[in-house]
Amino acid sequence: MTAPLAAAGGPVIPNFSAHSSGCAVHNHLFCFGWVRENWGPVLWPALRQHVVLTAIAVSIGFVIALGLALLAHRHRWAERPTLLVTTFLYTIPSLALFELLVAPVGENIFAAEIALVSYTLLILFRNTLTGLRSVPPDVLEAAEGMGMSRRQTLARVELPLALPSIVAGLRIAVVTIIALATIVYTIYDRGLGVPIHDALGEGPFKTELIVAGGMAILLALLADGLLVAVQRALTPWSRIRERPG
Amino acid sequence: MNRYDTAQAEGPSSYPQAAELELRHVSKRYPGQREPAIGDLSFTVAAGEVCVLVGPSGSGKTTAMRLINRMVPLSGGDILLGGRSVLDREPRELRREIGYVIQQVGLFPHQTVAENIATVPRLLGWPKERTRARVGELLSLIGLDASEMGQRYPAQLSGGQRQRVGVARALAADPPLMLMDEPFGAIDPINRTNLQDEFLALQAKVRKTVVFVTHDIDEAIKMGDRIAILREGGVLAQYDTPKEILAHPADDFVAEFVGADRGIKRLSLTTLGELHLLAPDGTPLEGLRRLPDHASVKDALSVLLTAHGEPLAVEDAHGTVTGLLTLSHLERLISDEADGEEAEAALVASATSATPTDPGAGRAT
Repeated sequence: MTAPLAAAGGPVIPNFSAHSSGCAVHNHLFCFGWVRENWGPVLWPALRQHVVLTAIAVSIGFVIALGLALLAHRHRWAERPTLLVTTFLYTIPSLALFELLVAPVGENIFAAEIALVSYTLLILFRNTLTGLRSVPPDVLEAAEGMGMSRRQTLARVELPLALPSIVAGLRIAVVTIIALATIVYTIYDRGLGVPIHDALGEGPFKTELIVAGGMAILLALLADGLLVAVQRALTPWSRIRERPG
Repeated sequence: MNRYDTAQAEGPSSYPQAAELELRHVSKRYPGQREPAIGDLSFTVAAGEVCVLVGPSGSGKTTAMRLINRMVPLSGGDILLGGRSVLDREPRELRREIGYVIQQVGLFPHQTVAENIATVPRLLGWPKERTRARVGELLSLIGLDASEMGQRYPAQLSGGQRQRVGVARALAADPPLMLMDEPFGAIDPINRTNLQDEFLALQAKVRKTVVFVTHDIDEAIKMGDRIAILREGGVLAQYDTPKEILAHPADDFVAEFVGADRGIKRLSLTTLGELHLLAPDGTPLEGLRRLPDHASVKDALSVLLTAHGEPLAVEDAHGTVTGLLTLSHLERLISDEADGEEAEAALVASATSATPTDPGAGRAT
């Protein structure tokens, strides 16, 4: 039977006997029967884990990057060291970083999230800072001249105007992390990487690889589309074409 | 608690009317610069008057303006608004009581026109209803349809409309003082003239004390009740009415700054109705070029120069011809004035010695 073998996260060995169709036995390119049988025990849990891994990484990364960007926006000196560190983190080969974190942190969600978060920082920091700095000087002068405090200017003027740039950063970060999270399985057996990895060891049977890989791609597209929709809803002004004169 | 603290919740009600503005020995020095940006500037703007700060670049006119709402900190001297030193005020609270208009307008692109205008009322914590009513009132004051234009974003407006909204936003909390930094400088000439005229009409209604910065002497002459001409280093070269400055420039700098054509510029400040014109008795009026009596003498000169020696007929609001003007008559008025007589008196007095249309007024002089 399939069920005990396909416990979420556990190694998945396709069951070619029993009631499996001849499709899997004959290694056809794609077997709907296999997908139907394994959706509940394998694919759906992996997808959920993948979403959770990504959401945690991007949320924590966004909070850290926003804080750093606000610091660098207020104090120019903070930009360089932040860029240096985040760029360095971004350049570490991902497999190496995952392995490096195992020794101090262990094979757990913390190691996975630390690694994923570190890949969001550069993108989110840069885009947020760019957005904050793109606010026209006359707008800031008007805000000051009308008696807004720095905090009011930030909350009512700078952050709203930086929103398109911030969301652009979030879109890149989310898509990147959805892709990167497929190798989290190397240290922590969660996410769509697990069925993808299993499929790689299954020789000619490709259905699992195609389905899990396809799910990662669809998830990325869906998340990206969702962020576009959110941005459009939040910034109706940003799509208006400037009138001349 | 002083009266400003208690007044804050209701907005700048501590100044129900326009307030007098006084600069007392104001100076501004920037660290590392030997020469001060503003030397020792003193002048008073009466409540409800428009004071234009004008001067070449480097004369510190914008700096002087920004000292008033403390966007630039004072180095010395004092500034009093409604008799009270701005230095005693918390800067942000002070700025909410002073309308502020800049050349690039600085409307918030992510907010609608109505939200933009509501900026200061929101900062002051006005109730929603009061803010909404005020926004509607201001939109109609600047001639924009509240229901339609109020919901637009700045990017959907023309340059002239944006600048009008900028003025409305500055007026929102009914401030006793308006600071305007080259407000019409980025607008094309035709629209600029319209905006200037509109602002003068608006000012006639709202009667704010206004400090208006420009580098354009013609704009200064047109907009100002008084003009403060600044020279390099923020030194006040002359502070007077436009007519006085054109008639009696204080020195060569002012004379050069107002231009060699100051005689003609002065003509633009006098309307035909102020002159004693030639009586129209008996002269056939058919075919004569006509101008209303509120037209300027400069306009009349322009018409006369192309009138082939024909006189010009001046008519009142009802279309009745009240007098005639010829080129030679006008020339006599101007040359008498150039003899150094008191400006207006010269124009009118010499007209009297010619053929006055109003014998009573002529004899009285």
